[in-house]
Amino acid sequence: MAPHDLRRPFKRPAISDQQRRRELSLQRQSQNRRDAQQQARCLASSVLSLQSQYPDPVPELEIEPESQPQQEAGPLTKDLDIRQASKLRGPEVRKWFASQLMLPEWMIDVPDRLSHDWYVFARPAGKRCMVVSSNGTTVSRERNGSILHHFPSALPSGARTKDPSGSAQSYCILDCIFHELDQTYYVIDMVCWRGYSLYDCTAEFRFFWLNSKLAETGACDAPSHYHKFRFSTVPVYDCDQRGLYSAYIESVPYAKDGLLFYNKHAHYQTGNTPLALVWKDEKCSQYVIDTDSKGQVLSQQQVVLELQEDGKLSTSDDPPVIFGCLDGEFIQKSGLQSGSLLKFAIGNGGLSFVDGKLEKSDLNYLGKSNRARMFADSYSKVIFQYMVRHTPLKFDDLLASVSPSDDEENKPCDVEMVD
Amino acid sequence: MAMEVTQVLLNAQSIDGTVRKHAEESLKQFQEQNLPSFLLSLSGELANDDKPVDSRKLAGLILKNALDAKEQHRKFELVQRWLSLDANVKTQIKTCLLNTLTSTVADARSTSSQVIAKVAGIELPQKQWPELIVSLLSNVHQLPAHVKQATLETLGYLCEEVSPDVVEQDHVNKILTAVVQGMNASEMNNDVRLAATRALYNALSFAQANFSNDMERDYIMRVVCEATQSAELKIRQAAFECLVSISSTYYEKLAPYMQDIYSITAKAVREDEEPVALQAIEFWSSICDEEIDILEEYGSDFTGNSDIPCFYFIKQALPALVPLLLEILLKQEEDQDQEEGAWNIAMAGGTCLGLVARTVGDDIVPLVIPFIEENIAKPDWRQREAATYAFGSILEGPSPDKLLHIVNVALSFMLSALTKDPNNHVKDTTAWTLGRIFEFLHGSTIGTPIITQANCQQIITVLLQSMKDTPNVAEKACGALYFLAQGYEDVGPSSPLTPFFQEIVQSLLTVTHREDAGESRLRTAAYETLNEVVRSSTDETAPMVLQLVPVIMMELHKTLEGQKLSSDEREKQGELQGLLCGCLQVIIQKLGSSEPTKYVFMQYADQIMGLFLRVFACRSATVHEEAMLAIGALAYAAGLDFAKYMPDFYKYLEMGLQNFEEYQVCAVTVGVVGDICRALEEKILPYCDGIMTQLLKDLSSNQLHRSVKPPIFSCFGDIALAIGENFEKYLMYAMPMLQSAADLSAHTANVDDDMTEYTNSLRNGILEAYSGIFQGFKNSPKTQLLIPYAPHILQFLDSMYMEKDMDELVMKTAIGLLGDLADTLGSNAGSLIQQSLTSKDFLNECLSSKDHMIKESAEWARLAINKAISV
Repeated sequence: MAPHDLRRPFKRPAISDQQRRRELSLQRQSQNRRDAQQQARCLASSVLSLQSQYPDPVPELEIEPESQPQQEAGPLTKDLDIRQASKLRGPEVRKWFASQLMLPEWMIDVPDRLSHDWYVFARPAGKRCMVVSSNGTTVSRERNGSILHHFPSALPSGARTKDPSGSAQSYCILDCIFHELDQTYYVIDMVCWRGYSLYDCTAEFRFFWLNSKLAETGACDAPSHYHKFRFSTVPVYDCDQRGLYSAYIESVPYAKDGLLFYNKHAHYQTGNTPLALVWKDEKCSQYVIDTDSKGQVLSQQQVVLELQEDGKLSTSDDPPVIFGCLDGEFIQKSGLQSGSLLKFAIGNGGLSFVDGKLEKSDLNYLGKSNRARMFADSYSKVIFQYMVRHTPLKFDDLLASVSPSDDEENKPCDVEMVD
Repeated sequence: MAMEVTQVLLNAQSIDGTVRKHAEESLKQFQEQNLPSFLLSLSGELANDDKPVDSRKLAGLILKNALDAKEQHRKFELVQRWLSLDANVKTQIKTCLLNTLTSTVADARSTSSQVIAKVAGIELPQKQWPELIVSLLSNVHQLPAHVKQATLETLGYLCEEVSPDVVEQDHVNKILTAVVQGMNASEMNNDVRLAATRALYNALSFAQANFSNDMERDYIMRVVCEATQSAELKIRQAAFECLVSISSTYYEKLAPYMQDIYSITAKAVREDEEPVALQAIEFWSSICDEEIDILEEYGSDFTGNSDIPCFYFIKQALPALVPLLLEILLKQEEDQDQEEGAWNIAMAGGTCLGLVARTVGDDIVPLVIPFIEENIAKPDWRQREAATYAFGSILEGPSPDKLLHIVNVALSFMLSALTKDPNNHVKDTTAWTLGRIFEFLHGSTIGTPIITQANCQQIITVLLQSMKDTPNVAEKACGALYFLAQGYEDVGPSSPLTPFFQEIVQSLLTVTHREDAGESRLRTAAYETLNEVVRSSTDETAPMVLQLVPVIMMELHKTLEGQKLSSDEREKQGELQGLLCGCLQVIIQKLGSSEPTKYVFMQYADQIMGLFLRVFACRSATVHEEAMLAIGALAYAAGLDFAKYMPDFYKYLEMGLQNFEEYQVCAVTVGVVGDICRALEEKILPYCDGIMTQLLKDLSSNQLHRSVKPPIFSCFGDIALAIGENFEKYLMYAMPMLQSAADLSAHTANVDDDMTEYTNSLRNGILEAYSGIFQGFKNSPKTQLLIPYAPHILQFLDSMYMEKDMDELVMKTAIGLLGDLADTLGSNAGSLIQQSLTSKDFLNECLSSKDHMIKESAEWARLAINKAISV
């Protein structure tokens, strides 16, 4: 039993820098964990409160004008939420974001007054996403809500540069398509600009504002240190014969994926809307008919539908369109739950319509859909795909509908509004 | 056979390596072939007085090692192995051991007493070997002194080895009686008296009952104090050791003896030889430790009280104690500052003075100031150094108001002494004192700043100049700069250090390149100071911090160049890599915390990651902790971009998680997994099988230090939050673990503060895991998979609420989990929550909490629960 060592630390700080580094790391980690959880909760609670405020998840301005005061708060709250939520993480956030884009219906018949009330442009091929610039950073989210890029940009508040003009409030939300080949964000719509909400503005104003404002920020310049990706507008045409033809035929710096039609008077409305339309044929898109993962055209058209509690199979539209019904026994046997997204092939019986309404469909159950899917197909998509396979809507049909003769007959007084 | 063993044991100590190795092999073989016979022949060897002492000693040592190991897991195995041996074999071995205590060979006796204690450590808790203590006690009364000595020594080791609660009070009394009798002045044999005194040191923790009895305590204290007056140095030293131990174990019983103890210790400090004097000083340091703890308890908001009252012994002894300590400050040794691990009476005295200052605060200042004033400018360096050291020692404890005046007066004197004093020792202490000034009296909490625009330039110039001095002085100058920078940590957008930033960084880098930077820990100090300078830097100097990145990267690159290193060089390389990775970690964390600097910094990310991977590759079996920490910071800064490093990095991540031995490395790696989860979100999925497997193994391991387990649970939550419903496949493994850990933490008796703290950290980890899992599954069609677990979780919350021993953090996490459960399970949880015993009370209590974080979580829980109930 030797004497015990009694040396004490001499001229030493009580804590080593290494221990300090460890502790600071731990602090940072637990702070980050707390933030992640807190943010997930914050978002959930803002969604919870939004839901209780608006029983109808997609407020329709036109339908309920009497509840105007409450409605006014809607878009404002919404863009505030998008901005705050843009940097959040987690499955909840992804799900929420997935419902924030305006989704065009597929063009299954030509709307009236196409040449007067609509714009047309060639849709860039690529990933549709919501780009949010705020507090010195920019985040892009894909349609399924997952983050595509987190980067500095020349958008207002898109990077922490010593730009005195960029106040903290000056955030932006853009609806874009990211085009892989030239690594460019093509802005197809503007939702918020410098903190100013454009949800309630007509497409006409939004496109005007987009074309006049985007370039002045330098966002369209080549990438640089504080600006990782180039942004670009797309040429938008009035949907007259010349415009339609230009959008269809003229070369653009990007690969085309069909044509988009926007109603000039429509506000930015999240979810499926008939006031924006998409149309494709083989000439202006590589992806007309749905293919499998290897790019082969499927021998039978496939649709993804959502199983309802009563066994009905519905589209993602609001209100949903019912395509058929599964019997309870089958549902139980296959262990399916309501809300599941299921994949079906359209059999040889095809779809039958009466008075333009779907009456019967020959569906064969294939299985559950891919997990990345967030929504069922929309009615218009199914019908468009069906038409492509049977009686496609051709470019000539579109052109014919905007022929000058037709034009003059309908509304000559509108001529002065065309520039 | 027996002859053979003797020779093999002797060969195993041969200077000839081949012979030794061969003998070691034979021993190993023998052990593996027939353990009982191996142990028997060893005990026979140890007991046999005809055998050479060297073979007997080694036989005993091997026996001892067959019974105990440092590493917990191995120790457990050895205990099980001994217990399963044939009873006859064990009896024979134990008989041999006890017989050896009567041997005339001192080394054999001493070895045997250690082995006996190890056997007792295994058997007494199992209620085996009941006759041991009785038979030892009967030895004490035997005539030959050497038997008595060996027996007392055995009792000492035994008390060290077994816990007091396995020895019945009657035996404790008899052991103490025997030991104290052996210590008594009437014992004429010094070996016996020394053995008894050392035995008492270990037996003190058995003496709770005896110290509560006034008569018995008086007797023990008298004998101990008498032993401090023995003519034999070793006995005096051992007796003071007992006093030191008593001062912490029985602090509250000391009052009647303090007067005497002061006289004894003062005399020893002034007159006795150094080993004894050091113990005497340690007695007072130890009393300071006790009183500092008690006063801290008094002052803390948590209990506002302490189990033990403060007797203010130090305050009462102050007028006599402080002069005593100041006196011995003058007994410095030449060059003590250049010697690693030096410890002498002046150092002990100064350390004790520092503790006294922390204990009594303001009261010490007037007692020390005259000494400083009288000695600080004397021609004898000892006086100048002692004065400076005294000054530096009392800077922690007294209130800033009490010190600011003298510090302001002294500051310019110190600065000039640091440049001009001819004595290295004085400069060392001066630089250290400056560091203490900046540590305790500089910063945003101090009303009147001592560093002003007027003197800042001079201070920095002097410190940078001193960094060129001898390594020990330069190291202290770095330390002073460390605290100078730290004081500006929360200074706001503009720091007074900005104008000097470049120069400071350059000087520190120059120090790291000094040829003698390996001495006095100088290089380490320089990098640590650089870290602090970076940590406390502001936006103004961000470009300069950025410039530092390639510089440190280049340094790290250079450490990777050397080939074929000796083990010594390898160790040095590892150390240097640690410093550089540490520095990069601090820089990454700094630059990563603001968006613009982060983007610029990220251009280096690929190269930095490449370097970290190469640092990992330098070692085969372990991962570098500092590199791991740095990677965590990098993952946080890189976010999604970190995904591209995962294929190369993953194997090291796994290696880190497998490192049971260096549990710090394992803990750090677990933290990094969390960083990566938050950075990559669902992109971490491909790696989750491997990570989860490893984490589950860690949790089931009894080798892994328990402190790593709570963070592993939290990490489950991080993973679940990142991958959402994909966590499904791990539920069947993770949930039972969480449940049993929850049960364990609910039923742990919190015997002491450490245990309470651990239980709370375990609970926090479990709750965070559940929260992450529930949040991850939210809105998934698979939420119903979680329903079966909800009742158990609610019971867990109930039990914690009823125990009333949650700390704030656990409370916040717990109420948040209640919200997550309601939010994710919706109506399924509504009825369960309504039925639960305490959820409503718990929620209400949290809603009215004063703690902001608890309240915030509770608001969330209320919202989610209301929704779940209303559906």
